[in-house]
Amino acid sequence: MALEKITQVTGRGVFVPGDDIDTDRIIPARFMKCITFDGLGEFTFADARAASREEGKTHPLDDARFTGASILLSGSNFGCGSSREHAPQALYRFGFRAILAESFAEIFFGNSTTLGMPCVVMAPGDIRSLAGLIEADPAALLTIDLLEGKVTVADVDFPASLPDHAKEALVTGRWDAIADLLEGLDDVRARAAALPYMSA
Amino acid sequence: MSQTLLDKVWEAHSVRTLPNGSTQLLIGTHLIHEVTSPQAFGMLRDLGLKVLYPGRTFATVDHIVPTDEREEPFSDRLADEMIKALRKNCAESGVKFFDLPSGQQGIVHIVGPEQGITQPGTTIACGDSHTSTHGAFGAIAFGIGTSQVRDVLATQTMAIRKPKVRRINVNGNLAPGVYAKDVILHIIRQLGVNGGLGYAYEYGGSTFDAFTQEERMTVCNMSIEGGARVGYVNPDETTFAYLKGRPYAPKGAEWDAAMARWKSFASDPDAAYDDVITYRAEDIAPTVTWGINPGQAIFINENVPLPADVPEKDRATAEEALAHMLLKGGQPIKGTKVDVAFLGSCTNGRLSDLIEVAKHVKGRKVHAGVKAIVVPGSQGVAALAESMGLASIFKEAGFEWRGAGCSMCLGMNPDKLVGEQLCASSSNRNFKGRQGSPTGRTVLMSPLMVAAAAVTGEISDAREIFDVN
Repeated sequence: MALEKITQVTGRGVFVPGDDIDTDRIIPARFMKCITFDGLGEFTFADARAASREEGKTHPLDDARFTGASILLSGSNFGCGSSREHAPQALYRFGFRAILAESFAEIFFGNSTTLGMPCVVMAPGDIRSLAGLIEADPAALLTIDLLEGKVTVADVDFPASLPDHAKEALVTGRWDAIADLLEGLDDVRARAAALPYMSA
Repeated sequence: MSQTLLDKVWEAHSVRTLPNGSTQLLIGTHLIHEVTSPQAFGMLRDLGLKVLYPGRTFATVDHIVPTDEREEPFSDRLADEMIKALRKNCAESGVKFFDLPSGQQGIVHIVGPEQGITQPGTTIACGDSHTSTHGAFGAIAFGIGTSQVRDVLATQTMAIRKPKVRRINVNGNLAPGVYAKDVILHIIRQLGVNGGLGYAYEYGGSTFDAFTQEERMTVCNMSIEGGARVGYVNPDETTFAYLKGRPYAPKGAEWDAAMARWKSFASDPDAAYDDVITYRAEDIAPTVTWGINPGQAIFINENVPLPADVPEKDRATAEEALAHMLLKGGQPIKGTKVDVAFLGSCTNGRLSDLIEVAKHVKGRKVHAGVKAIVVPGSQGVAALAESMGLASIFKEAGFEWRGAGCSMCLGMNPDKLVGEQLCASSSNRNFKGRQGSPTGRTVLMSPLMVAAAAVTGEISDAREIFDVN
């Protein structure tokens, strides 16, 4: 199962500000009443977007200036809460291919990496600067270079990082672990046989 | 000999190191439910793969089941489709399903321990973040995404990095009216909702030694709310006594061998930790949340914080929280009007929770205008509570007595908040919209505090209302 080697992601950005944005916020539970992930994209941030409309405001994801953006920017502890893979699946289906944030919750980080959607960490000040540049020029193209560890917009570079294991998985095209795991099945059986509770 | 339980369990379950440095970790026990498994079975079919160890996966249905009208087909077509899909997937792959008619259905994190499936020294995974609950038995238990559910079904393993371990000691006696729920809310308040990132939390100290198995589950359950994917307590006699005689627990000579093995997994006295934090039980009071994440918590007698008083990095979230909760900084939380009281969830839907509350609500009445529901965590809990007369006590007090499930913890079934209703809730998350209404408001607290809110119609100090001292 050859997967794409993800070394760079290029696209326009959109900033959804806030810390501790949880997966209930990204995809409210009532939209998880489904047996496939198809069709989740349109419900991304459904309640937050509806709340903005009611207040007469425009949520960034509904702002025409950012239509088609494929890189999401946000604050710290992004994706906390529920382990629902529906959250990264919804973001991916909405059109996102990478997320830049101050930090990520662990389960969300793993779920996103498995979809080939890099979660890249930037310093709070750099997120703000980058958000400012996007606001000033929504058409600006951002390039995330995973190997170099930087995000480039126009001719400005920002440091950006992700943990070695995730970087390795993405750039070598092994971000979905299933192929690697299947290769180890003989070892799995041997290990299981050594555990009384598994062989009983 | 200076290993933690995590070290030992990891060593016993490591299959190999993957090319990116992650561990291929054997998952001894896999628990599934209807929300995060159907896509995984679909992926398996697409890949032409089968369930490798069907005997090591156990299923139940909890998130979408109605707690009142439980006849099938469900009136919610999508919910009905989900239970049927799970039933079909389990039947086709040979997975044991604690189905609705079984009398054993319930919230996955209540069913596992109740059946004796959750055991010390094992690895457990489930497509649900509250899987950390099972750590109360000295298991290493992970919440996982659906692609990992697929991985575990197909290979009984998953790719994961070994976490660091933070030992959290709580020593001393909790004051009357202070519960395990207050302990974990206090820990999350102190360490923050992302303080546990990259860590497993090992809970210990004399308070934990004295806790019942169910109290330990309440604490481990909410580890993820503090950012720690894994939380555990070392197994001891309390753990073994809980497990003995349960349907899936070892029997006869196997029991003695298992117990010896289980004991060997406990952290060594000289184990090295990446971090150690110690709290005093005496410093913890009944705790309630005021905001939109579980770390935004205060003691019942404190005032809601002013945004100016919280650290600058948390200020924007505090303002957002106050706006959502319709609260003002500086006001007491006590006295806030309550519309709904929810007693249940994988955090506090166990028999001991119901016993403790029933003891105090006997002869009391739910306040006019408050909708109060009790949702037992499993059919097993419900049956015991009914035979002990607890259900009658709740019903006489004006609580609705419902069937088992996740219910209003996340509002995936018909139990939802409406509009801006405020819910006093024994559940685990107060996120915006969590309980089914985008503008609904959740205040997390212990079961007895929920009962106090139910009988007074406002957030109250249960110690005063029920004369606990």
